[in-house]
Amino acid sequence: MAPTLVDLVRKQFGSAVLGSHSHRGDQTVLVQREKVLEIMAYLKNDPAMAFEVLADVTAVDYSTYPEGERAAVSPVDAGHPSGLTSATLPRYEVVYHLLSMSKQQRLRVKVPLAEDDAHLPTMCGLWIAANWGEREAYDMLGIQFDNHPDLRRILTYPEFEGHPLRKDFPLRGYQPLVAQPTLADYKDQETFR
Amino acid sequence: MSANLPTAISGSSGHKLTAERQGDLMTINMGPSHPATHGTVKFLLTLDGEMVQDVDISIGYLHRGFEKMSEQGTWQQVLPYTDRLNYVSPLINNVGYVLAVEKLMGVQCTPRTTWIRMMISEVARIVDHFTALAAGALELGGFAPFLLGLEARETLYPLVEELTGARLTTSYTRIGGLRADLPDDYEKHLMAGIDKALYCLEKMGGLLTKNRIFYDRMIGTGPLSQEDAISSGCTGVMLRSTGVDWDLRKHQPYLAYDQVDFDVIIGHQGDNYDRFLCRIEEIHQSVSIIKQCFKKMPSGPINVDDWHVVLPPKHAVYNTIEGMIAHFKLVIDGHAVPAGEAYQAVEGGNGELGFYVVSQGNGRPFRVHVRAPCFYAMGIVKKMIVGHLLSDIIPTFDALNMIGGEVDR
Repeated sequence: MAPTLVDLVRKQFGSAVLGSHSHRGDQTVLVQREKVLEIMAYLKNDPAMAFEVLADVTAVDYSTYPEGERAAVSPVDAGHPSGLTSATLPRYEVVYHLLSMSKQQRLRVKVPLAEDDAHLPTMCGLWIAANWGEREAYDMLGIQFDNHPDLRRILTYPEFEGHPLRKDFPLRGYQPLVAQPTLADYKDQETFR
Repeated sequence: MSANLPTAISGSSGHKLTAERQGDLMTINMGPSHPATHGTVKFLLTLDGEMVQDVDISIGYLHRGFEKMSEQGTWQQVLPYTDRLNYVSPLINNVGYVLAVEKLMGVQCTPRTTWIRMMISEVARIVDHFTALAAGALELGGFAPFLLGLEARETLYPLVEELTGARLTTSYTRIGGLRADLPDDYEKHLMAGIDKALYCLEKMGGLLTKNRIFYDRMIGTGPLSQEDAISSGCTGVMLRSTGVDWDLRKHQPYLAYDQVDFDVIIGHQGDNYDRFLCRIEEIHQSVSIIKQCFKKMPSGPINVDDWHVVLPPKHAVYNTIEGMIAHFKLVIDGHAVPAGEAYQAVEGGNGELGFYVVSQGNGRPFRVHVRAPCFYAMGIVKKMIVGHLLSDIIPTFDALNMIGGEVDR
């Protein structure tokens, strides 16, 4: 049998891969943040991978996920050198969906991030799509993307408080009302980002 | 494109404005509620005369927290929200969402349902393309094509209503099946409606395709290169207009798209005119798929035979304890979706519409994320309009066909 995508990534990056699954045919790798930029560059540029399209960027807050079930979504290899297990995985996971049109294959890459350390490098240098995708993940879940050229809120407005898709975001409440900016607010600026 | 139109006309498109700047840069707000953009989006423009020097695009004016709301109810209760994503082609959203949940559950819908889902997806795609063409023409001053496009849409919406009970908020699919089977004589009604719509399309194309004013506004404007289209995650008509042969229905077929015969329509230079022609031709391809669906559609049940997935028939609910329990469990607890994650992409009206669903092992979704085609297409708009004329924003934005409900969620 030909090696799967996951096998190839594992062979290339060894222990940077925390675990993998192919539940319902979706090939998934769970990787460590330290190597993610290198892995994504490999996935984009290697001729056997050729993931030209970053189809989607999002994140998930697992803080209320049932105990013991995490292995179903994010299995970690037994005895991984990092000492992590599925049960001790941190709160957030950033999820990238990659698509290769030339190879007609898909791969999901997930990066676990700790609650107090939720940042990872931006993919804007590899795909244009990362710009808005990461802005949305920042807006909705408060993930910081290092070196992002324009990390602003995108679906909500600048004065919005909190990150709505976090599990501890209240379902009821009020957000600050702000006046629409007038042109005078922009008067001194020559150009915008 | 016709040979008797001058090709050197693209001089109006390159907009190589080399004149010295005469005065200060001007900043204007275009939107969020602008009469010539169908959709609430704000362009904060920096203009050098008539040339766009910089733009900041703000979206989110229609953000309703779809993903957060989805986490509050049961799996089936998400379905009515999906109607409100791309509200021009809600049937495709319905199909995409249930396919994602069925994938996660490992449920395979019945053969008849497969073909009905395909058929309704194509009806929705036709309506979507008609709306894009009609609104695009209107915003360039073509009122007659707009009326023809809406006429075509209004012949199809009552047929959607006949099938689902609603024109827009269809909620037609169910996890494991459909709300109901096709009504009597539906094929006859639908094909008659489609014939009328195609007549409108022909009239509309006749008014626009070789119309000098329309042509000048569309040809060469909103240029998009293949590299940018791929890198920015553009899919659907946006991507195909640049000449990339990619259609999920053809290259990663879901449902039974591998058993129907149709062409992937591609453009060659990635401008607004190509997008316009692609949409017209895709309507014809969708009609061809609908005809094949009716020909190949088998008879049989529409719902899977499993009371853990589909609500039991009412006589069983009212007369047997098993039926009662199954009904109660599905309505109150929801579908027992095993813990896990799945991503299912379908070819929506504007491109790859993906649903990423995460289950915590019970009847309530842990996370539902929508990969909206327009969202990523809007991310490249800045590159398509900077350096061009202010008036080119209108055709570019129209040919992209941004749907606020889908971008902002």
